[in-house]
Amino acid sequence: MTEETRIPAAIADSIETLDPELAAQVAVQLGLTLDEYQGVIAVQGRVPSLTELYIYSLMWSEHCSYKHSKKQLRNFSSEGEHVLQGPGENAGVISVGDGWAVAFKMESHNHPSAIEPYEGAATGVGGIIRDIFTMGARPIACMDSLRFGTLDKPRQRYLFDGAVAGIGSYGNCLGVPTVGGEVYFEEAYEGNCLINAFAIGLMREEHLTRAVGSGPGNLVVLIGSSTGRDGIGGASVLASQEFDEAAENKRPAVQVGDPFEEKLLIEVCLELLKRGLFVALGDLGAAGLTSSASEMASRGGVGIDIDVRKVPQRETAMQPFEIMVSESQERMLAVVKPKDFAAVEEVCKRWSVACTAIGTITDTGRFVVRDSSLPVGSDIVADMPAEMLATSAPEYDPPMARPAYLDELQQADLSWLTKEEKSIETLNSELLTLLGSANICSREWIWRQYDHQVQANTVLLPGADAAVLRISDTGRGSATNRGIAMSTDCNGRYCYLDPYVGAQIALAESARNLACVGAAPAAITDCLNFGNPEKPEVFYTFHKAIMGLSDACRYYGIPVISGNVSFYNESFGNAIYPTPVVGMVGIVDDISQIVTGAFKQQGDTIILVGQTEDELGGSEYLKVLYGQVTGRPPLLDLELEGDVQRVVREAVRDGLLQSAHDCSEGGIAITLAECCIAGGIGALVDLDDELPAVASLFSETQSRIVVSVSEEQVSELITRLQQAQVPYSVIGEIGGESLSIEGKLEVPIAQIACTFSQSLEKMVKQR
Amino acid sequence: MKQYKIFVTGKQGIFDPAGETARHALDNLGYIGIENLRIDKYIQLDTSDTVTAEMVKEMCEKLLANPVIEDFLIEETVMTVAEEAAEQTKAEADE
Amino acid sequence: MSRVEDLRFGVVTFPGSNCEQDAVHALRHLGYQADYIWHQDTDLNGFDAVVLPGGFSYGDYLRCGAVARFSPVMAEVVGYAESGRPVIGICNGFQVLTEAHLLPGALIRNKGLKFLCQNVHLRVEESVCKWVDLPAGTVLDIPISHNEGNYICDEETLAGLQENAQIVLRYCEPDGSRLSGGSAPNGALDDIAGICNQRGNVFGLMPHPERVTDGVSGSKAGSVVFTAIATYAREVAGR
Repeated sequence: MTEETRIPAAIADSIETLDPELAAQVAVQLGLTLDEYQGVIAVQGRVPSLTELYIYSLMWSEHCSYKHSKKQLRNFSSEGEHVLQGPGENAGVISVGDGWAVAFKMESHNHPSAIEPYEGAATGVGGIIRDIFTMGARPIACMDSLRFGTLDKPRQRYLFDGAVAGIGSYGNCLGVPTVGGEVYFEEAYEGNCLINAFAIGLMREEHLTRAVGSGPGNLVVLIGSSTGRDGIGGASVLASQEFDEAAENKRPAVQVGDPFEEKLLIEVCLELLKRGLFVALGDLGAAGLTSSASEMASRGGVGIDIDVRKVPQRETAMQPFEIMVSESQERMLAVVKPKDFAAVEEVCKRWSVACTAIGTITDTGRFVVRDSSLPVGSDIVADMPAEMLATSAPEYDPPMARPAYLDELQQADLSWLTKEEKSIETLNSELLTLLGSANICSREWIWRQYDHQVQANTVLLPGADAAVLRISDTGRGSATNRGIAMSTDCNGRYCYLDPYVGAQIALAESARNLACVGAAPAAITDCLNFGNPEKPEVFYTFHKAIMGLSDACRYYGIPVISGNVSFYNESFGNAIYPTPVVGMVGIVDDISQIVTGAFKQQGDTIILVGQTEDELGGSEYLKVLYGQVTGRPPLLDLELEGDVQRVVREAVRDGLLQSAHDCSEGGIAITLAECCIAGGIGALVDLDDELPAVASLFSETQSRIVVSVSEEQVSELITRLQQAQVPYSVIGEIGGESLSIEGKLEVPIAQIACTFSQSLEKMVKQR
Repeated sequence: MKQYKIFVTGKQGIFDPAGETARHALDNLGYIGIENLRIDKYIQLDTSDTVTAEMVKEMCEKLLANPVIEDFLIEETVMTVAEEAAEQTKAEADE
Repeated sequence: MSRVEDLRFGVVTFPGSNCEQDAVHALRHLGYQADYIWHQDTDLNGFDAVVLPGGFSYGDYLRCGAVARFSPVMAEVVGYAESGRPVIGICNGFQVLTEAHLLPGALIRNKGLKFLCQNVHLRVEESVCKWVDLPAGTVLDIPISHNEGNYICDEETLAGLQENAQIVLRYCEPDGSRLSGGSAPNGALDDIAGICNQRGNVFGLMPHPERVTDGVSGSKAGSVVFTAIATYAREVAGR
């Protein structure tokens, strides 16, 4: 080992560099601009070798370097006294009390999934789970935020069906419950589906581990699967350009997942971390060994020296650059003290997991790649300054331009919508149409395919406003009575019509979902899905969404502790809706106090917390009934929203409520229908709000929650609402076998339940 | 060098929903006349000459197939030296 | 339920098992001792009952349970079962028991080709099973979570199971009545959700009682599966 630590700082003399003219051509083919290529020469101080050029092209790709988004992301605040690890690591970590901490992150796998939905979605889950246990946390739950085109198109059914099966196959095999999520079907996602996976893990605070290489002389150890050509330039290349006809040909670049291997890796890594046998641990994701090794060296201010021939390979005659950039799945990179290596090997052997020392940490600050099959003296194929490679990628300030469509659509006159008097029969049928529509109907067909109860900590089954997991070291230690709530939200249509407000609503709705189960927001992760950032109109929406989200997070004091940006979600020049997905985590102090949205008891009083306005712009009603996406999305008053959430959250905690369910897509009519369906009981409601019936029923005004209260608690809740100066109205009472809204509609629960529950499966199975 | 091709098939009368679904899909694509479609397993063993057909049969009975629900069929191919060389060249060319 | 704490369960961990911790948690919650048995261990002394847990042993890549069956511990489990001591296989554990021929039949892919995670209604049948001590006709609501839970066997075996009262649990309607023909969620033959061997000490079932034991999601319906065996286990152990 000592031999290798004595490598001199600059050994560029012995490296085979490319012909300068050829190098520039290759650089462009690999996706670098000529300016960026000049940057490579500046960092290297010479023309690069072929392996170096591959490495730079990946490390400086959009996917790895965030070169278009980095400056904008600095608007987010990750401050918070409970934050143990903010952005910059594999996942963010917060303390959740009593010495427990959770690591969580959301990440996109959009581009691979658009090519091969099953493997793309499965490896997306695999990747995000690795980010979690890399931090020292046992993965305890997953959620997924999905977007597809409309299901009348066979290709969209194929993508949807495949992605759901892929997510299920991977998570189920790992034994990590998939506890909820969201899915929308919109034409805007037809060319680019979105697969955003959100994972969370639980650990004791003292087990928090970081991917920071240190200790010259320490071994660099590769653990897990062998390395093949699969996924070469996969995630990073696919995610850094638009789609076109050529995309189909990239199919071989998509990785294949092996959840069994990953399950073994979880057990091996957590055991080794717990025993203190790792100095550092990182996973191999986009750009494989290259990014994992260089980031580890860069964070620790050390050098790293790797011999590619020591990497276990599953294919023959692999070139050094292929080994360095392969995106073969289920691999981890660890730094191990030489004296501990035998113990690490022993644990790996026990679990039949491969483990190989492939290099050492050095004090040179250089990232050196050698190929020991070449003669000594000419065996170095890359030699780069580790820190510069990881941190000196260009940063851009792309031009922005307010898209012309915004003014046009925001100013659309929607008064015609509410002019027409509609009969009860018409409104009944409109309610059923909405309840059976793709974005509103029950998601049971999806979550039935996910094991949502393994680990025995799932307090609320999928379909609730938020998922709740008990904080418990199942089967190893004690179970507590506290819980973690999770929610993921984003209405892309709102963001399309107003990216600033739309992004704020994504945050508000996540927090509102948490409030309904009595949880307070602790931190968020995000997954920002947009089109081509080099287009000024797209970049404008990106900027506005970031400002909206960061302003709202600051207002509520919610830190952003991890996240991911996915650009180039465009096909044939058409971008997706701006889709900044929020993944929120909150804390439940007592899981026995949780309520669901289901109406519980005949005679309970139904109260609307908040107040309905005529806000049908961007609504599900306008889209489903009239096929239009236009108008202004609902307004959001941050102060009112905060007050509504606080009153409901505290009422849940104090046991005042029987049920709580937030109003979102489809308006209060849909909310009430869902409460009735879940409870298997009807409701007699009078929405005395002086609005036209259509607005009253289907408006998507924010900051509203429908709660039900037993008779003896009504006055206490009302006193609290008045004290908080939160608008409210007593709108009815639970009972009967129909949802009946005075003067507006009346439908039997059996009928709405049937429409609601069977729609999605019918849409998937249509031929 | 030897090669064993093993076909593990569902026993007569064991429902094959994957096959049935694929058959329906072909029907819908307009391919008329497919009366039965089965999706089964194909396993390939490349072995030294010392591995006998008897041994492979035993492997199938023990692990590779489940006699409760599956039948198996073994095809044995012994490669000549020339064939082996050709195979090798082909593999290299693929890379 | 006196002195349950003197009973000790062993829960086997195969590579790829993922419900072993849930089982240990459930058993400890019920007051038993419970410890893990590594698949390469071969000493079952000191365990009053053995649990083969759910999960995806060896990835379930070849066939569910096919590789796990050859783990060193399984040779011991076979002897343990043949000596009349209690063994239960849940989900993947059930699949391992059929592969190991401790229970007849096989579990193949769900009829609808989809993984199914949902609550089901189970009707307790009149059986010789030592693990279930409830009147026939009792209905239990316990979740299933599997891709290969479609029980199948030949006619002769089925007749034997019926004749010897080895069918322990059947999928049923909420009120306990039989499902209309072939409508078990996974397509299982004769709506079979759980069976035992002739002696009644080896029990395999697809549903997951360990998930509904401590009431975390509101139900404790699964507890009965682990409590009923106590008397028998003590008897066999000579206590």
